Amino acid sequence: MPQALEHSGTSWKGQQLKHKPSLIDRLDPRLRILAAAGFASVVVLSHSFIPLISGLLLALSMAVLAKLALKRTLRRVIAMDMFMIFLIIMLPFTTPVPAGEQPMLQLAGLSASWAGLLHALQITLKGNAVILIMLSLVGTMTATTLGHAMASLRVPAKLVHLLLFTVRYMDVIGQEYKRMRRAMQARAFVMGTNRHTWRAIGYLVGMLLIHSLERSERILAAMKCRGFNGRFYLLDNWQLQRLDYQCGLGWLLILTLLTGANWL
Amino acid sequence: MHIVDGALAPQVLIGGAILALAGVAVGLKKLDYDHLPLVGVLSAAFFVASYIHLPVGFSSVHLILNGLIGVALGWAAFPALLVALILQAVFFGFGGFLVLGVNTFNIALPAVLVWYLCRPGIIRSKTPRGAAIWGGIGGALSVALTTFMVAGSLALSGDAFWLAAKATLVAHIPIIVVEGFVTAAAIMLIARVRPDFLHPLEDE
Repeated sequence: MPQALEHSGTSWKGQQLKHKPSLIDRLDPRLRILAAAGFASVVVLSHSFIPLISGLLLALSMAVLAKLALKRTLRRVIAMDMFMIFLIIMLPFTTPVPAGEQPMLQLAGLSASWAGLLHALQITLKGNAVILIMLSLVGTMTATTLGHAMASLRVPAKLVHLLLFTVRYMDVIGQEYKRMRRAMQARAFVMGTNRHTWRAIGYLVGMLLIHSLERSERILAAMKCRGFNGRFYLLDNWQLQRLDYQCGLGWLLILTLLTGANWL
Repeated sequence: MHIVDGALAPQVLIGGAILALAGVAVGLKKLDYDHLPLVGVLSAAFFVASYIHLPVGFSSVHLILNGLIGVALGWAAFPALLVALILQAVFFGFGGFLVLGVNTFNIALPAVLVWYLCRPGIIRSKTPRGAAIWGGIGGALSVALTTFMVAGSLALSGDAFWLAAKATLVAHIPIIVVEGFVTAAAIMLIARVRPDFLHPLEDE
């Protein structure tokens, strides 16, 4: 994959979708998670083009409403599309042409069918709509807020704690990784397709794990010292506001319309 | 390795979600609060490691390391991978929402199998070299299994996906080889430097 399409990934802070404050930020995080989940279910289970196209348009307008950074969002969406591009190219050829119909085109003895192309288009629409909604409704909150919102949606506390720990240390470990890579570069290490590379990277991963283990021992000791008894106290106390009710009802109405559009 | 939303049939999505939930429940039950920082930091480390891209010929592959995750975490691999996949879907736009269950199951189940199949060999090996061989087997095996399961999820979703499923299998052969060698080297280093690392999550 070309460099421009790759996620840098090692710096967590740089990955948060930077955006200007928007209407979406004023909504209750729990509402945003539920809204995204509802939208994903409706879109993925739809089978006709009207709800799918309107779903994608809705997702695009939410992305605009959330004031997502254009370049970064585009890069993510394209990266995802590259992921499934083979599936989409293949589908028309692997879906059998119904008897009595003309194939869409003939290529080197293979025939492509319209049904397959339509199926591929549907998958593309669904995938893109869901990703855009996730990025604009859920991806705009901080990871900590996401954890707290999940906790108040009755996700098991241990899972939420695990998420918070992972988020907290991703950047720390990422720095550690960068430091070791720089040390390797300073010793003229260049990656190639050979066993030397794999061994060196394996040692790097092993060392990363050992450093993480040692760090987690220090973390546990420090937390014990401060009286950690197995839970974090989540201090957010969210109340649904009038705006939340209005938006929630509006969203429910839109989702109902989208569902109904399947039988138009 | 991620399947995106929209490709799979609803039955596969629901089946995957139920199986993943069961796995996460077992994982959370076995995970006590004293091990939370350990699992959290390790899962951050695996998240970082999964962004290492290695060149293979003209293209590049990224590490999945679910074999190593299995050796280190056991059943806790389920919640740890679910967390990683949630973060990837929400903040990086990889994968999707309804496929979270299928994706978690496809990656975490092989990790747990490696815990049962290869970890005893790693622990019992007298030399780092022996541990590395078991680790290499685990690393290659887990990615191979995940590939089969991804291909299976596609194939179960419709006959039209058969070719895509087969292509997935072929495309992942180099990754299986690379993962085997990388995991072997990682286990070799750990066995030399911190042999006790392989024992922290002892489940009695």
